[in-house]
Amino acid sequence: MSLRLTTGGRLIDRAKPLSFRFNQRWMTGLAGDTLASALLANDRVMVGRSFKYHRPRGIVASGVEEPNALVGLGEGARFEPDQRATTIELFEGATAISQNHWPNLAFDVGEVNSWLARFLPAGFYYKTFMAPQAAWARLFEPIIRRSAGLGRAPDRADADRYEQAYAFADLVVVGGGVAGLTAALAGARAGQRVLVLEQTAHWGGRAPVDGGVIDGLGPDAWVRNAVKVLEKMENVTLRLRCMAAGLHDHGHLIGYERVADHAPQTDAPRHRLWRIRAGKVVVATGALERPLSFAGNDVPGVMLASAVRDYVVNWAVAPGQRTVIVTNNDDAYRTALALLDAGLAVPAVLDTRESLTGDLVQAVRARGVRVLEGKAIARVRGRSRLRGVVICRQDSAGATAMSETIACDCVAMSGGWSPVVHLWSHCGGKLLWDASAAMFRPDPTCPPTGADGAAMAVCAGAASGALGLADCLRDAHKAAGGTGKPPQAKAPTEAPIAPVWVMPAKAGIEARSKMWLDFQNDVKVSDVQLAAREGYESVEHTKRYTTLGMATDQGKLSNINGLAVLSEALDQPVPATGTTTFRPPYTPISFGAIAGEARGDLFQPLRRTPMHGWHEAHGAHWEPVGLWRRPYCYPRSGETHRDAVNREVLATRRSLGLLDASTLGKIVVKGPDAGRFLDMIYTGVMSSLPVGKCRYGLMCSDNGFLIDDGVVVRLSDDTWLCHTTTGGADRIHAHMEDWLQCEWWDWKVHTANLTEQFAQVAVVGPNARKLLEKLGGMDLSKDALPFMTFAEGTLGGVRARVFRISFSGELCYEVAVPASQGLAFWERLMAEGAEFGVTPYGTEALHVMRAEKGFIMIGDETDGTVIPQDLNLGWAISKKKVDYLGKRAQERAHMADPDRWRLVGLETLDGSVLPDGAIAADAGYNGNRQRNTQGRVTSTYYSPTLGRGIAMGLVRRGPERMGEVIRFTAEGRLIAARIVDQVFYDKDGEKQNV
Amino acid sequence: MLTLTCPCCGVTAEETELAPGGEAHLKRFGPGASEAEFEAYMFARANTKGVVFERWRHAYGCGKWFLAARSSVTLEVFGTYPAQTSAPPADLIAAIKARVPGWEGYP
Repeated sequence: MSLRLTTGGRLIDRAKPLSFRFNQRWMTGLAGDTLASALLANDRVMVGRSFKYHRPRGIVASGVEEPNALVGLGEGARFEPDQRATTIELFEGATAISQNHWPNLAFDVGEVNSWLARFLPAGFYYKTFMAPQAAWARLFEPIIRRSAGLGRAPDRADADRYEQAYAFADLVVVGGGVAGLTAALAGARAGQRVLVLEQTAHWGGRAPVDGGVIDGLGPDAWVRNAVKVLEKMENVTLRLRCMAAGLHDHGHLIGYERVADHAPQTDAPRHRLWRIRAGKVVVATGALERPLSFAGNDVPGVMLASAVRDYVVNWAVAPGQRTVIVTNNDDAYRTALALLDAGLAVPAVLDTRESLTGDLVQAVRARGVRVLEGKAIARVRGRSRLRGVVICRQDSAGATAMSETIACDCVAMSGGWSPVVHLWSHCGGKLLWDASAAMFRPDPTCPPTGADGAAMAVCAGAASGALGLADCLRDAHKAAGGTGKPPQAKAPTEAPIAPVWVMPAKAGIEARSKMWLDFQNDVKVSDVQLAAREGYESVEHTKRYTTLGMATDQGKLSNINGLAVLSEALDQPVPATGTTTFRPPYTPISFGAIAGEARGDLFQPLRRTPMHGWHEAHGAHWEPVGLWRRPYCYPRSGETHRDAVNREVLATRRSLGLLDASTLGKIVVKGPDAGRFLDMIYTGVMSSLPVGKCRYGLMCSDNGFLIDDGVVVRLSDDTWLCHTTTGGADRIHAHMEDWLQCEWWDWKVHTANLTEQFAQVAVVGPNARKLLEKLGGMDLSKDALPFMTFAEGTLGGVRARVFRISFSGELCYEVAVPASQGLAFWERLMAEGAEFGVTPYGTEALHVMRAEKGFIMIGDETDGTVIPQDLNLGWAISKKKVDYLGKRAQERAHMADPDRWRLVGLETLDGSVLPDGAIAADAGYNGNRQRNTQGRVTSTYYSPTLGRGIAMGLVRRGPERMGEVIRFTAEGRLIAARIVDQVFYDKDGEKQNV
Repeated sequence: MLTLTCPCCGVTAEETELAPGGEAHLKRFGPGASEAEFEAYMFARANTKGVVFERWRHAYGCGKWFLAARSSVTLEVFGTYPAQTSAPPADLIAAIKARVPGWEGYP
C-alpha cells in the first residue's frame, strides 16, 4: 500500500493539514502536497482509466509529464477537466473527480474495450468507420464520442479572472533548477537584466532530491543561497509557478503564470499570460525520465524511478512498501537509496546491463540489495494494483517455467533521460542523436535565430544533455556567458546507459501488445510495429495513425520510446526516423489566460454614435455592424421586431422617418492631385464633378472585384468627401493610403478619415423638407438644392452640411453636424417632427427600403467575387478613362463571360418571402457529384409597402431571362420565383426627386 | 512574432502593431497589359525560401507603409526602408550579400 511516512518530506508542513475531496470522499493532505502526493498518502494508487481500453491507471510521474492522473478539478463555474494531479498544489477544500469511467472508477463498463483490444488496433477508426457516410452523424460519431474522450467540458461560464502582461529582459532563464540558477547568477553578475521562470512553486529542480555537493554545500543549501543572492539584485526578477509555454520569432516568449491556482480564495487573477521579449533565452528546462516498455508497464504501481524518489524525499510518501527497481542506467539506483533511507524494502534491482561497477550500484549493493544483472521484467502480476513481477533475461523472449516472481507493490522504472528541448525546437533549433547517451540533444551549430541572425536561445545543463551535476553547472555557466569559475560540484561517477526500447528484447506479440508507449492514448509497442508493417514510414504519419504522442501530455514520456520502436521496426537508426515537431505550448494552458481580459464588455471595443444613448433609452434592438452598434429597429411594447420594422417603413414612406447615419464612413481627399487620384480609386469620373454636386461611386480592387460604394461630394475645388459603407471606412482609408504611399507617392494628395467627427442624420419621407424648414436657416427648396446636390449652412442654429441623396427612394436630406451637437440636433428633429409623426427607424427598415428600390448593399450583393457589371452598374463605370483600379482585371475573359451570374429581382409566385441564401439548382451534376447551380438569393425581405415578399439574387444570364420562373431550394423545399426587374418601388424615381 | 523597425517613425514595433502587405516591389500592370503580364502582376509570387522583400504597414503606429528585407528561413532582418522606391537600396543589397553567401541578388 502507499502511505505517508512518519518522518521526512522537504516540501510538506506537517503542522498544516488540509482537507480535500476526491470522488466525493473527504481525505486529508498536508500543506506543500500536490494532489498526487496527497492521493498516494491516502493509498489512492489507481486514479483513472485509460482513453481507449478503459484500463485502470495509476500515477506514473511526479511532474508535468504525468499522462494518467488527470482529474476534473473544482465545481460549477470553476470546474476544469483534464488537470494533472501531479501539478495541482493542494489547497483547503479542493475538490477533484476522476475521469473516463462509467459508472464508477472501480467498476467500469468500458473496460470491455480492453478485452476487445486485438480488434481495436492502430488506425481502427480509419479502417472501420468508412462508409456509409450517413452513418457518421447518427451512429459512429455518437458511439465514439461517448466511449472515447477524457474529461467532460465545463457547462458554465468561467467564474475566474485572467490577465495578460508584457515583460522585457536581456536574458530570460527558463527553469529554476541548479542549472537555471547558475545561468541567472552568471548573467546577472554581468549586468544583464535577467528574468528567471520556474514552472513549479520551488527553486532547485531535481538536485535537492538527486543529491551531490555544490561549492561544499548540499544542493538545498546551495539553492537557498543562490536565490537569496538573486533576490537582492535589482536587475533580476524571479518568477515561480510560471511555465515558458513557447518560444516564437525574435525572442518572443510566452509565459504562463498560475498566480492563484494554489490560493483560490484570494482575489488575484487565476492565471497571467506573459508576453515576454527576450534578448536571449537560456533553456534550462532539465530532462524527463523515460518509461521502459515491458508487458503490464501501465498497471497502477508501476512508476518512473525519479517520481518514486520524489514522492519519498519531497512529500514523505511511500508509493509502495516493496519496490522493485528496473533500469538500464545508474541514475535509478538513487531511488533505491532513497527508499532504503526511508526504511522501505527494495527486494531487487533489475538492471539490463552486465558487469556493473558504478559508485551508485556499489552503494546499493553495500546496503544488501540484490542487484540482478542482464535482467528484465517479463510481465507483471496484478491488474488494478501491482502484486509482483516475473523476471527474465533482457536478451530472452520472456518468462520460462523457471522464471522467478518477486512480490512487490511498486515498480520504479528508468529507461534513461531525454533533455527537454521543446523551447529550443519551437523556433527552428535542430537536434542531434547522441547514441552513447541514447538521447536527442540540441545541436549547438543549428540554434533558433533572432532578428540579428544570431542564436536567440541556448540550452543549458540537463536540457543540453549535460546530465551529471558538475557538467550541468559548467554548461549552464557557459551558456549564460559567465566569466570566472562556475560552481564546483561533486557527484558519484555513473556508468553509461544501455538503450532498451523493448523489454525483454525478443518479446513475442502477446507481450508486445501489453507494452504501453503512450499511456494516455493507449498506444502500445505492437501498434507502432503494425503501423510500420502497414507502410507508415514517416514518424509524423505514424504519430497520426496510431495517435502516439497526440494526447494532452503531447508524448513527453512516449515519443522517444515510440520513435525508437518505429526505427527498429523499419530497421534504421533512430536519427533516420527523427522526431515529430515540437509545438507550443509546452504543457496545456488555459483558454482563460489566452483570452485574458478580452471577454464580456471588453471582448472588443464598442463604437458609439453621438446618439447611441438616445437609441438605448428608446428601446433600440441592436445590430452589430463592425465595431459599431446600430439600432436594428425600435420595437414598442407588444410589437415583434418584424412589426416594428413594418411600422417604421410605412411611417417613413407615408410621412417622416429619421435614421442615425453617423456610422457611414466619411473620408476627405484633398490636394492638387485629388481628382486624378479619385479617378483611379473609383470606376467613375470624380475629377469632373462640379463643386456642390454629389455622385454615386464604386470602388474595386485591382483584381476587379467590387469592394465598396458610396456617394462622393465635391466640397471645394481641391476637396472631395467620400462616403463609404459603415464597415468599410477604416479599410477603404487604408486602401487609399496604400496606393498613395506605395504606388503614386509623387501625387499631392492628403486623406483624412473624419467618420467620427460628424454626426449624420437622414431625414426621410414626404415631410422631410417641411421639418427642416421649421428649423430654418437654409433654403432647401427643390430649385435651391436639387437631388444629388450639397449645401453648407446653419440649420436651427447648428452648422450643417446638407446632402440631397437618398437610399430609400423618398425625399431625403442627409444632414451632417459636428459630433458634439449630434444628440441635440437629433432631439430637436424628434421634437419638431412630432406634428408629422416622426419615426426613428433602424437598419432593417433601411434594408427593406433600399431593397424595394433595388439598391445593392456591399456584403449582401457582393462577396468578393462580384464585379460591378454583375450588378448592372455598368453606368457607374467610365468607358472613357484610360485606367482605374480594376479596369484591366475586368477585361479578362472570365470577367466578360456572358454566362456570369447577374443581378435580378425575384418574386415568389405565392407572394411569400424567399429564404435568405437559397440556391437555384440547375440540370446535371458537377465533378464532386453535387447539383449544378444557376443562381442564389442575395437579399430578401417582406415589403410592407407592397404587402409581399421581394428579393434580389444573382442568376446566370439573369437580365436576359426576365419573366422566367426558376426554382430555389431551401429548408428542404422547392420554391418557385419569377425573374423580374430589381426595382420594385417607384421605378422612375419620382418620389426622391421632388 | 516578428519585430521590425519602422523607417518612418523609428519605432521598433512587434507584429501585432503591423499589417502585412505581401511581396514588395511589384510592378503594376494596368489596361494594355497582356494576359501574361497581368497574371504575373496579380497572382504570381516568388514565395522565396531565403531572402524576401516584403510590404508592411505600421498600422497601429504612424500608419505608414514601409518595406523590409528578411530571411524567411533564419528570420534575420536585414533592414527596413521607406516604400517610396521601386527597388531595394544598393547598400542594403550589399549588406545582404555579405550576410548570405551565394544569394543570387535582387532581380
